[in-house]
Amino acid sequence: MFSDFDFGVIWRSLPYLFEQGMSFTLTLTVIATIGGIILGTLIAMMRLSSKPILSGFAASYVNVMRSLPLVLVIFLFYFLMPYIGQWIIRADRPIQVGALSSTMVTFTLFEAAYFSEIMRAGIQAIPRGQVSAGYAIGLNYREVMRFVVLPQAFRNMLPVIFTQTIVLFQDTSLVYVLSITDFMGAASKIAQRDGRLTEMYLFAACIYFIICFTASTLVKILQRRVSIVR
Amino acid sequence: MNYNWNWSIFWEPTPEGTGTYFDTLISGLEITVLTALGAWAVAFILGSLIGIMRTLPSKPLVVLGNVYIELFRNVPLLVQLFIWFFVVPELLPHALGIWIKQLNNGPFYTSVVGIGLYMSSRVATQVTAGIKSLPSGQRMAGTAIGLTTVQTYRYILLPLAYRIIFPPLTSEFLNTIKNTSVALTIGLLELTARARAMQEFSFQVFEAFTAATVIYLILSAVVTIGMRLLERRLVIPGFNGGK
Repeated sequence: MFSDFDFGVIWRSLPYLFEQGMSFTLTLTVIATIGGIILGTLIAMMRLSSKPILSGFAASYVNVMRSLPLVLVIFLFYFLMPYIGQWIIRADRPIQVGALSSTMVTFTLFEAAYFSEIMRAGIQAIPRGQVSAGYAIGLNYREVMRFVVLPQAFRNMLPVIFTQTIVLFQDTSLVYVLSITDFMGAASKIAQRDGRLTEMYLFAACIYFIICFTASTLVKILQRRVSIVR
Repeated sequence: MNYNWNWSIFWEPTPEGTGTYFDTLISGLEITVLTALGAWAVAFILGSLIGIMRTLPSKPLVVLGNVYIELFRNVPLLVQLFIWFFVVPELLPHALGIWIKQLNNGPFYTSVVGIGLYMSSRVATQVTAGIKSLPSGQRMAGTAIGLTTVQTYRYILLPLAYRIIFPPLTSEFLNTIKNTSVALTIGLLELTARARAMQEFSFQVFEAFTAATVIYLILSAVVTIGMRLLERRLVIPGFNGGK
């Protein structure tokens, strides 16, 4: 069945696939995860705030982001960011935003909605008594969050955060729609240049599978450990 | 901002000559909905079978179900669609491969199968979780009153389990709708692809993507409300699983 296929193409393109492609995929994953967790935690705190303006804004942000397909959001930000940038810095013409920086911002903003739901669940799972205790010993809101609630919420939610990061890692393949050379983009460029679609796509699937399977197995082990400690 | 707003663009004819831009967006919505429904049918049926399989007492079946789920969960949807679209026809016998490539609505069938299988692994996880969350007394009671395994599942376990997992299944259905947009990479002319085409033809970036955004928001609101009504109708009095 595989007699017509040339799997040597994979071997020849390995440096390109990993040095160009995979390094971009991983960079995007790491930046969007860190940015998404920070922004997501802020949104979660806003959403749990007693001020209706803050909680309303946070809730609508999260609900809108979660109702839209990522592909649409990628396009949306890619085309709108030049205009938004122009509006912010009051330039004469739409500013230049590269596909790379556009995707970094897009993924951070998009994933923040998902991370905020995780952090909200984490914060709500901390017993109210701990917050009251914090106030009782004279901490203010920021200190209660910083020293009592968030460290525990983050720790308890660690397995879920990692699972979301694996989802995010898979989602980065969608930057293909902007013709960016991430891992999948690199694979498809080689595939089309050499007419080797079968070999390259099967190889890409295997690599994604190995990485995601290993990572999710590690998360399962972590989950077991965290639950024993508690 | 020196951007030329033109909200009446929706009523202008497209260069393709197939009606107004509004018409193309609506036909994109139709394809999005049809693809999502087709994919959901595949996902729901296969996912239920695999999910039930993983709760059966047979060890090989459980392992098989786990392998299936890991396989479809750990490869990005985009890659899976490319494999169904570009790779599978090459691996099949020549004549069959050619026939598949020449199918009229190739991208549509591929999306239904590809997104359906991708989502089925998620549905399966939920179904398993739903059945396992039931007290084991339910299953034992079924056996005690002389039901076969099939009857126990059909009349006792599944009606309760599906009601318990109704909310997560709703969000998986919403995910299915959102995932149809990935199929624009294999040439499915769904809503996002239509908005993108409209932006390319008319240069009205804001209008095109605002329209698509609003349509997606309405779609997800309609599904959410509809599912909530359905869930309320399916409640069995006395079971908090149906609450």
